Amino acid sequence: MKISRRQMLILLPAAAVAWESVLAGTPEASPNYALTDHWWSMLIDIPKCIGCGNCVRACQAENDVPDGYFRTWVERYHVSDENMTNPQVISPDGGKEGFPVVSGDEGKYFFVPKLCNHCADSPCTQVCPVGATFISPDGVVLVDQTYCLGCAYCVQACPYGCRFIHPVKKVADKCTLCYHRITKGLTTACCEACPTGARQLADLKNPKDPIHEFLKTHSVQILKPQMATGAKVFYNDLDGSVR
Amino acid sequence: MSVFKDAGHLFRFAGLFVFAFLVFLVVRNYVVPKSFGQYGHYRGAAIAEIAARPVKYAGHETCESCHVDVVEVKKDGKHAHVNCEACHGPQARHASADDPSTVKPVLPDTTILCVRCHTASAAKPKGFPQVVPEDHSTGLPCDTCHKPHNPGMDAGGGK
Repeated sequence: MKISRRQMLILLPAAAVAWESVLAGTPEASPNYALTDHWWSMLIDIPKCIGCGNCVRACQAENDVPDGYFRTWVERYHVSDENMTNPQVISPDGGKEGFPVVSGDEGKYFFVPKLCNHCADSPCTQVCPVGATFISPDGVVLVDQTYCLGCAYCVQACPYGCRFIHPVKKVADKCTLCYHRITKGLTTACCEACPTGARQLADLKNPKDPIHEFLKTHSVQILKPQMATGAKVFYNDLDGSVR
Repeated sequence: MSVFKDAGHLFRFAGLFVFAFLVFLVVRNYVVPKSFGQYGHYRGAAIAEIAARPVKYAGHETCESCHVDVVEVKKDGKHAHVNCEACHGPQARHASADDPSTVKPVLPDTTILCVRCHTASAAKPKGFPQVVPEDHSTGLPCDTCHKPHNPGMDAGGGK
């Protein structure tokens, strides 16, 4: 086949355009996933949590969370008998390597795993000046890291302390509820790694999800309900001292 | 129209505004991402980009599709509901390899692994099985006596 100079000149830019689209690629993650069919949330069963830190390690491995920063972490509360209203809270390295052993039996102890509450009316998405953070149509608060300026307004706005500025990327980072997993039909890394089933991913729009039965039959709370954030991480048997 | 008799400077000024607005529209067309506003005040394409990130924990269903023998051992034991990767770590590379035997997972060391959950502490829920490792095994690896996939010492468990 002979190509004339004229044909060559026409073909070259066409090839360049084609190659560019090949390089850019089309992120087609989950062909059968419908954004409007889900409304994601999480259930945390406090009496089941043993404070092993598996979730924190799994989150770090799955999402390349830098050391010293946490998309999820575990806090240990100690409510002493004398001072019921001022619990002592510790979270050494986010609870990643577990907690120091306690031998006495004074007061009560319990573990509270924390993560982004994926609020339906989140303060963090409201303060973003550029539209880099948002709640997706399936109820997950996400950060568009290519669009984020790193102004950290959202870090200040989150009442739960769930956001941080990534030390290398210099943009806001947070729990994505393992969006890359749940859209493929998997559960989150923390739920997958939890040995006791203290964490359960739940889809509030799925009528067959066991969360509906659980919410009906248990005493379930959210964190800071007075902030009216529409938090979607539900805690079973949460102590009143948890903040 | 006498009203516009001496209004030429106003028309030139208005023209300038129209021109500036057109320039704004052209620039805006280039700088605002195409999918911005698709679902709301954000870049709609970001959703698909975040969803396209690679998975590292394969999920227990994936493990169980091959390791049927382990499922058999686990199903009656106390670890029946502990997912594979809770102990074995992220295995998507192993699971997605053309030949999984080429990406061999490292076997966890039971002296480190088991105590993470089972070290006795008053802070843990009372019903959860706990031991003081030094008194319980005097430093021996847990799998000397226990089968990690079915750790109970009754029928089927133990070694």
